[in-house]
Amino acid sequence: MWEAIRHFGDTYLMWREGPLIWGSDVLILLTIIGIVFALTYLKKWKWLWREWLTTVDHKKIGIMYLVCALLMFFRGGVDALLIRTQLAEPNNHFLDAEHYDQIFTTHGTIMILFMAMPFIFALFNIAVPLQIGARDVAFPYLNAISFWLFFFAAFLFNISFVFGGSPDAGWTSYPPLTELGFDKGPGENYYLVSLLISGIGTLGTGINFIATILKMRAPGMTMMKVPLFSWAVLASSIVILTAFPALNVALALLLFDRLFGAHFFTIAQGGNPMMFINLFWVWGHPEVYIVVLVAFGVYSEVVATFSRKEIFGYKSMVASLMAITVIGDLTWVHHFFTMGAGPDVNSFFAVSTMAVGIPTGVKMFNWLFTMYRGRIRLTLPMLWTLAFIVCFAIAGATGVMLAAAPADYQYHNSYFLVAHFHQALIGGVVFGMLAGMYYWWPKMFGFQLDERIGRWAFWLFNIGFYVCFMPQYALGFMGMQRRMYTYPADLGWGTLNFISTIGAYIMGLGFLFIVVQVLYSIKYGKRDVTGDIWDARTLEWSLPSPVPHYNFAVIPHVTDRDMWATLKEQGRTGELRPAASDIRPIHMPNNSARPFLLGVCFFFAGLGFVFEWYVLAALALLGVAVCLLARSFELHDEHDLSADEIRRTEALSGRL
Amino acid sequence: MSIMTLERPRAHEDAEAKTIEYSQPSESLKIFGFWLFLATDMLLFACLFATYVLLHTHTAGGPTARTLFDVPGFEAETFILLTSSFTGGIATYEMQHQRSKSVAVWLFITILLGLAFIGLEVQEFIHDVHIGATMSTSAFLSAFFTLVGTHGCHVSLGIVWMAAILIQVLRWGITPQTARKVFNVGLYWHFLDVVWVFIFTVVYLTGMVM
Repeated sequence: MWEAIRHFGDTYLMWREGPLIWGSDVLILLTIIGIVFALTYLKKWKWLWREWLTTVDHKKIGIMYLVCALLMFFRGGVDALLIRTQLAEPNNHFLDAEHYDQIFTTHGTIMILFMAMPFIFALFNIAVPLQIGARDVAFPYLNAISFWLFFFAAFLFNISFVFGGSPDAGWTSYPPLTELGFDKGPGENYYLVSLLISGIGTLGTGINFIATILKMRAPGMTMMKVPLFSWAVLASSIVILTAFPALNVALALLLFDRLFGAHFFTIAQGGNPMMFINLFWVWGHPEVYIVVLVAFGVYSEVVATFSRKEIFGYKSMVASLMAITVIGDLTWVHHFFTMGAGPDVNSFFAVSTMAVGIPTGVKMFNWLFTMYRGRIRLTLPMLWTLAFIVCFAIAGATGVMLAAAPADYQYHNSYFLVAHFHQALIGGVVFGMLAGMYYWWPKMFGFQLDERIGRWAFWLFNIGFYVCFMPQYALGFMGMQRRMYTYPADLGWGTLNFISTIGAYIMGLGFLFIVVQVLYSIKYGKRDVTGDIWDARTLEWSLPSPVPHYNFAVIPHVTDRDMWATLKEQGRTGELRPAASDIRPIHMPNNSARPFLLGVCFFFAGLGFVFEWYVLAALALLGVAVCLLARSFELHDEHDLSADEIRRTEALSGRL
Repeated sequence: MSIMTLERPRAHEDAEAKTIEYSQPSESLKIFGFWLFLATDMLLFACLFATYVLLHTHTAGGPTARTLFDVPGFEAETFILLTSSFTGGIATYEMQHQRSKSVAVWLFITILLGLAFIGLEVQEFIHDVHIGATMSTSAFLSAFFTLVGTHGCHVSLGIVWMAAILIQVLRWGITPQTARKVFNVGLYWHFLDVVWVFIFTVVYLTGMVM
């Protein structure tokens, strides 16, 4: 018995690996105890189950995505600080090499798939149905499934560090390094399985929001009257639809190699590792657009609102979104010009990469022209947008440098590249997500986040960003390669690396200020009593904050692009207030425990595949089948919300 | 006023009478969603086809397509699956005329044909494994088993799904909800048939000719 426990502890819990593991164990244990204690003490278990775990309300699902994204931002950020601490000085052994590999792998994977993706889905869910005048997304039940698949995939990925070991071959997970022969153990399986599970959920979200935006718009809202954020979500969802199948195939094939002895990407038996790299980037490059297009949508809303002007060049904004959607699918080879595909192929992809900069440039100028002669208010969302414009311009410039195929042989996989893509993804996506969070926060929770603390966070994060990443461009030119564990002193990289590490810590401090800001504002933040705290332009601001769960008591009839702004200008806002006689009962989708249970089943199936415990995997997949069949045989999944109840709710918010 | 009534009625849709599966906005929305799913599934197969085309000559000294493929076997599979697509089509047609018994009969025949197809495919795979042609023999065989096997898994899932809908049609008759389900599973079945036509051409026919 004792022997068995010790064996389990050594093999799966890795108790011999030292203080980093013990520290993580203790932290996880304390967090779990804290959550369980708080829920029990406050008697919130039932509330948690009824209001959140079984909900199909897009607004609540959006909030859950947001909470997860911020937690994962923290986890990825801690990884980043560990990496930067390790690299702060030459010949450093703060981490051992194996842990260093695991940490840069989880940093990249978490930041892209478990931070950026849920963050954009949070904004999808919170804003889109309200912007287009809908009562929910097209498929609320599927929406809940997507969330829980993401949640449990992220959970599976995160426990890897203390349960069997994390993946350690980089977030791109290239074979043949990731084949069984070179990388034994469950780490890579964790990567493949958890990304597959969240990938299925992501496809569901893509389908859901295309159907929502194309089919659920309020009467009168033609496509050319759809707010630009919703257009951006449509563009992003289309890219999800075209790109994610390729990722799922790449992951599944590599998993077959590792679990069932197939030879897709091995060197032996005729496999071809470059096929993985192509499939991976057929998804991987469009993935950049999946996240950044949504950020572009946020900037369009923010710039128009805080310049008190209609967006400049609406139609060219839509056209450039669609152009990026198409061209973005045709640039993937620029991630591996060094494959040696030949001058013709490399030229095509170099040109397409530069071409995608053109519609992006159009958008940049349209934002600037919207601000031109506008009455600009420097609120937090606007500050992050302005910071984005500077940061993304530099990212674009260095991107064009990397796009020149011959020059790329010099930059490839150097710190120049690392600095470039952090500039694009932090400056483009993270700034946009934070702008969106600040912008819609009052709509979600009914209060504003404190501006003063937010400005501290903004300046610390921004200054920290440049201190961290500008030296890395130089380090790249000096020959420092990405994913290096440590470096000798005589190469002269020490000073710049040390500066970069200081920058990373300043960014970490900035994040802490955001945490403080949220906590402070829960108690002292300015309450939103009008529902239109920013004096904004689109339909969601015509509703009270937070929005009642049925969204619109009466569906509005849309006649203008910036409907709410037009009505305010003409003094006709009363038209969007429901008249008591117009209110009819509404069919609302029922809550369901099944999406949550499906997530649990997928989690155990995933665990089964990671450790090749096939009995567990088979049982869990059986659970999946039972959940799906139970759904199929469900006759009624809606209930009526009576007109009286809606009238009461509307009267409470003073709208009736 | 359901959350689904928001779909704007289009002029041409009002003009012509809708068939039952499209008669309710919430159900027609689900058909639209299912088309989007089929698009993702098509791309999934596209990636598997690309992988197969890249690797189909990488036999690593193991069996080649020509020595492995059994012409009568894959021809029988093809005829059975194409016929099942036809019977599935009749089920959809009968559904639109609200004849629930007839729908059940045609779905049942389609399921039987699907089972026959799967039976033959399993037999083919078992035979291959017996002569030493497994997934780990060569890159060609990894790609072959994965592509054809993924299609087979889709058909198997389709059979289970169709059986569930068959029971629902018998229990509840043809309602807008069950009609939509019959329609969607029909779309799925035809889609798998189209994929098989490509497998027949790209894998089996090309394998025998090259």
